[in-house]
Amino acid sequence: MPLTELEFKELQEKACKLRHDIIDTTVWAGGAHIGGGMSVLDILVILYFKYLNVDPKNPQWEDRDRVVLSKGHAGVGYAPVLAEKGYYDKELLKEFNHFKSPFGMHLDGNKVPGVDASTGSLGHGLPMALGMALGARVQKKPWFTYCIVGDGELNEGTNWEAAMAASHFKVDNLITFIDRNMQMIDGRVEDIMGIEPLADKWKAFGFIVKEVDGHDYNQLAEAIEYAHTKPGKPVIIIAKTIKGKSIDFMEDQTKWHYGSIDSELAKKAHESVNKMYGKV
Amino acid sequence: MGHEVTGTTWTVYDSDTLTQAEIYGLVLCDLGKMNPKIVGLSADLAKSTKIGKFGEMFPERFFNVGIAEQNMFGIAAGLAKSGLIPFASTMASFAAMRSCEQVRTDICYQNLNVKIIATHSGISFGAAGTTHHCTEDIAIMRSFANMTVIVPADGIETALAVKACLDINGPVYIRIGRGFEPTFYKDENYGFQIGKGVELVQGTDVTIICTGVTVLQSVEAAKFLRENDGLSVRVINIHTIKPIDKEIIMKAVTETRRIITVEEHNVDGGLGSAVADVIASSGKGCSFIKRGVPDEYAVVGYPEDLYSYYKLDSNGIIETVREVMGKDFEEDDNWEDEV
Repeated sequence: MPLTELEFKELQEKACKLRHDIIDTTVWAGGAHIGGGMSVLDILVILYFKYLNVDPKNPQWEDRDRVVLSKGHAGVGYAPVLAEKGYYDKELLKEFNHFKSPFGMHLDGNKVPGVDASTGSLGHGLPMALGMALGARVQKKPWFTYCIVGDGELNEGTNWEAAMAASHFKVDNLITFIDRNMQMIDGRVEDIMGIEPLADKWKAFGFIVKEVDGHDYNQLAEAIEYAHTKPGKPVIIIAKTIKGKSIDFMEDQTKWHYGSIDSELAKKAHESVNKMYGKV
Repeated sequence: MGHEVTGTTWTVYDSDTLTQAEIYGLVLCDLGKMNPKIVGLSADLAKSTKIGKFGEMFPERFFNVGIAEQNMFGIAAGLAKSGLIPFASTMASFAAMRSCEQVRTDICYQNLNVKIIATHSGISFGAAGTTHHCTEDIAIMRSFANMTVIVPADGIETALAVKACLDINGPVYIRIGRGFEPTFYKDENYGFQIGKGVELVQGTDVTIICTGVTVLQSVEAAKFLRENDGLSVRVINIHTIKPIDKEIIMKAVTETRRIITVEEHNVDGGLGSAVADVIASSGKGCSFIKRGVPDEYAVVGYPEDLYSYYKLDSNGIIETVREVMGKDFEEDDNWEDEV
């Protein structure tokens, strides 16, 4: 077990708090990509509260680890994480989507401290993350680049161009996660444009593939620590997740890719989160 | 052929026998020696875009991503984010169209320090046909916020532009030809400055505003018209389409009242349209004709034949100047339809 019981508990606490923040932010924003925000959250939590070498007081620190949330629409999940980490005041999230706010649906790296790439258009993150990883190599720097892609997003060909190149250039300072929540906008991924056999594809592209439960910190930790050994090939972590995780009426529901919640639904959502974390 | 560089002058390069792209490749090597942050990228065109020279000299700072232009520009964005200065080179059609979104969303939106050197622009790759032509790139690139768009007239201007673009901390798009374009400038001491047009020939009757390969043709046309038609023709090289030198354009409007524009680009959306924007917004009138590749896909042929066919060579420019000389400043005699 790479995590101590205490570490595990602390991550749980963080995640619980952040899930409440995501619900609140969705209300303040008037609507958000809450399904995907909830599915990716545990990956963000373990990165930001266990492994990332970053300094929230110095977001441009040259030697920081980089994070590219390629599925940029999960901004509603990412923004509270960065606030919690100390990049800015959580109060600012009340302005999410409001006129001239630095926070919009897809976080702008030039406006939100801590965001390393302005993503949103799917398929752009992995090539950029690869560029960052190559940049570290050229400058002989030890920092890692972490990239999180969605599964529907993998329909985009540019991901595979980047995969081909990452393998060809033997890039092992790039660690990629797939938020495999099985859903996209128009339906289940396997119904709209299937990507299975997914692990086989990445192996064929020259990656070492780790398949984990994307909500299990121990499994995530083990995969990340393996990737840190820099095995000479790029590593991809296929994280099996549930869209809308923690909100019972949203879990695995296609329609909650994006949604608005009124105070009544918000109340139910908060209760569901508390239930998941045993805080009834 | 030894190429010594004294200081930062490039006239020692044998610019009469080196193509625009070859000069670019050598210049990049020199810059690479001086600045360790410069990295190069190619999409399987290292040889024809000549960035391969940089790649040979600095293999650890050069990435050939194969035939994957979108990936190349995404990687360029990531390299820039890591603190490096990427020069990414491919053919104009692929830079401006295949990777259009990466250029706009990854590079321009994030305002990254990426330099795009696009070769084989316009119809310079004549025989290759429309799939390898690009008469739309100036229109596309000037529509992106944060982008600087430069169209050098020859190898010397290319060298100057490549050096100068490092002074801009942001995206720059430089479009050059396939190669074998003749040299125009005698040396690089004419005061090249990004954003500043160059008055090459003084004149008072009419102005030719030109860019790229049409610069040499325009100067030849002006000489012919002075000697044969007794016309005083001003010639201005607008190498920077964005940000455009409004002052030099308006000076030509008020001092000559007749303007023609010439470019190796679709007649709509490029230099001519950019100049028209300036003139129309100014409230001053003048006679005006745009010359470019017409709004159609070019026929196949060697570039010299195409330039002649589309009236982008000195003969075509002479014809166009004579046409604009025959026009009134305000064409329309009907006063009833105006308020």
